[in-house]
Amino acid sequence: MQASQDDRANEPLLAVRNLTIDIPVGGGTLHAVRGIDFELKRGETLCIVGESGSGKSLTSLAVMKLLGKSIRPHADAMTFEGTDLANAGPKAMRRLRGDRIAMIFQEPMTALNPAYTVGDQLIEAMRLHRPVSKAEARARALDLLGKVGITAAESRFSQYPHQLSGGLRQRIVIAMALMCEPDLVIADEPTTALDVTIQAQILRLLVDLQRELGMAMILITHDLGVVARVADRVAVMYAGELVETGSAAEIFNAPLHPYTRGLLRCIPVPDKTRRGADLGSIPGIVPSLIGEVRGCAFRDRCDMAVAACVEPIPERNDGPAHSYLCVHDQAALADGPAAPDDREVPA
Amino acid sequence: MSAADAVPLSETPPVPEDEALLRLKEVSKSYSIRRGLFGERKTLTAVKSVDLALARGEVLGLVGESGCGKSTLAKILLGLEAPTSGDVLVGGQALAGQDRTKLARRIQPIFQDPYSSLNPRKTVFDIVSLPLRIHGIGDGPSRQKRVTEILDIVGLSKRVTRAFPNQLSGGQRQRVAIARALVMKPEIVVCDEPTSALDVSVQSQILNLLSELRREFGLTYLFISHDLAVVQHLATRVAVMYLGRIVEEAGVDELFETPRHPYTRALLDSVLTPDASLGVPDTELGAAFPNPIDPPSGCAFHPRCPKRFAPCDHEFPPTVPTKNGGFVECHLYRERAGASQ
Repeated sequence: MQASQDDRANEPLLAVRNLTIDIPVGGGTLHAVRGIDFELKRGETLCIVGESGSGKSLTSLAVMKLLGKSIRPHADAMTFEGTDLANAGPKAMRRLRGDRIAMIFQEPMTALNPAYTVGDQLIEAMRLHRPVSKAEARARALDLLGKVGITAAESRFSQYPHQLSGGLRQRIVIAMALMCEPDLVIADEPTTALDVTIQAQILRLLVDLQRELGMAMILITHDLGVVARVADRVAVMYAGELVETGSAAEIFNAPLHPYTRGLLRCIPVPDKTRRGADLGSIPGIVPSLIGEVRGCAFRDRCDMAVAACVEPIPERNDGPAHSYLCVHDQAALADGPAAPDDREVPA
Repeated sequence: MSAADAVPLSETPPVPEDEALLRLKEVSKSYSIRRGLFGERKTLTAVKSVDLALARGEVLGLVGESGCGKSTLAKILLGLEAPTSGDVLVGGQALAGQDRTKLARRIQPIFQDPYSSLNPRKTVFDIVSLPLRIHGIGDGPSRQKRVTEILDIVGLSKRVTRAFPNQLSGGQRQRVAIARALVMKPEIVVCDEPTSALDVSVQSQILNLLSELRREFGLTYLFISHDLAVVQHLATRVAVMYLGRIVEEAGVDELFETPRHPYTRALLDSVLTPDASLGVPDTELGAAFPNPIDPPSGCAFHPRCPKRFAPCDHEFPPTVPTKNGGFVECHLYRERAGASQ
């Protein structure tokens, strides 16, 4: 899963600087996303992982400019292939969405229109952006349906979404996202609603197609197993911040931020966690992000919290691509309680 | 392909005839379905002649894809659905004709979604004390005491007693659902995907709580889940279900170390462990889960099976007992069946 060897591979396809998303609520302002930076190279897969409410889906919607009117995003810079997304108007965005940037959502039934056949929707996805005839679009759609593993594509063409199983629907949604050969696919929990067997198939399909077509992908998920298997780079999100960013190997083999370590201790891993023994857990709950948030948002749940955690938190680096937000440096974190490999296995 | 030689201590052996706390005997459930307004009626067989037994203190993991009949089986166990044919025996007594409230004292459910399984207009106290009131157990003060006790056991503070479900987090709601299930001191708890709607850090808390409660109260679980890592972590025995049939049953270590049925193998291959050095596996499974209204002939799994051969598409596979008391239902093991009979 290396980035493509394309000449343009070194300049970012998407760059986001200091993105904040504020949502006015009854009691004040909810700071849902609090100044995050990330970039994505061509052909690269970035996984944003976090629990519900961490702001991962809002981040992707902000990139697509699909946030509701009452939500206020701000970014110092948000560029896609040189286009300034931050200042792009609705028309310019409509031209990009579904063409250069495509999106795959969690629940395929809500992404498909129940009143139109699968074929009509696939053809429309292309004809909206390209001056092609219906027959050409149809040929492309049939080709893609084959690619996403749908047999008897012709007969699926005239079916309505409700006539298909969840796995088939998600394959259709993926085919639709790929109609215009996008440069970037944003997939928000694309396999969460599916069975494990179908999940593995759909993910494999996405990874294969992505490599074949040289697309970049942002995959948003809460499933650490999916992240480990799919990601080139991983961004761990907690309470509206990217608390740790690094390569998949760095995040899973040498996690530094106490939240990342805590998450990895929570999941049972065959041959690592002793059966029936207690799993690790993260005590407490996510803090409210309404009103001013000072210092580290994780400090109340962190077993390494110190007085300095209420102050602004420095960003630290361990190597060129591995960064994390913590008052502790790498040495202190390494001595801290329980790295995932020496997790306690009580009898 | 030989069976594991020693059964590890933590595994549970098959249940002898007379020791089953709960036993299903050739239980089937079919529904009559009409497709469309004028469509003809067709029969959907959700559970096909299933035998299953639960011994006291064990955790039987039930795994399979959506639509395979896991939840129908759970409903039959809970007495929420009557089987079309076959018997459900609770403590040796047939369930048919028994009072459902009596059954409810022994078997209680915990469902997947703590958002829809709790009445939004009732307080936590009302929700947790309802079983006590229905069964006429205790009076006001003693119920109050029992509810406070059970909330404490599941890790909820006294303060939430007056709260409504919408004021609670997902994890807290699932704790309320667990408290409601345990307030009757049942013997068996049917957990139908109890953590799949929860975040990772909350999931581990709930799984730890379920283990702790089992140890403390000697509970027996039927644990239905699509998450095989969780099943491997919690279960003592595992049954794999495909299209209404249990196609393989074995002790947990045996099942995960030497899966026999090609479907079990495909399921295990699909598990994505958090290992960054591995990619997404190729499960070699065909795409579509078959339509249960029109199931494939012979072995229901044959259209997706990477190992199918001559008899699979027309002959129903034999049930082949395995060394340690489990079984597998597959033509691949037929010769062994002949040898052992």
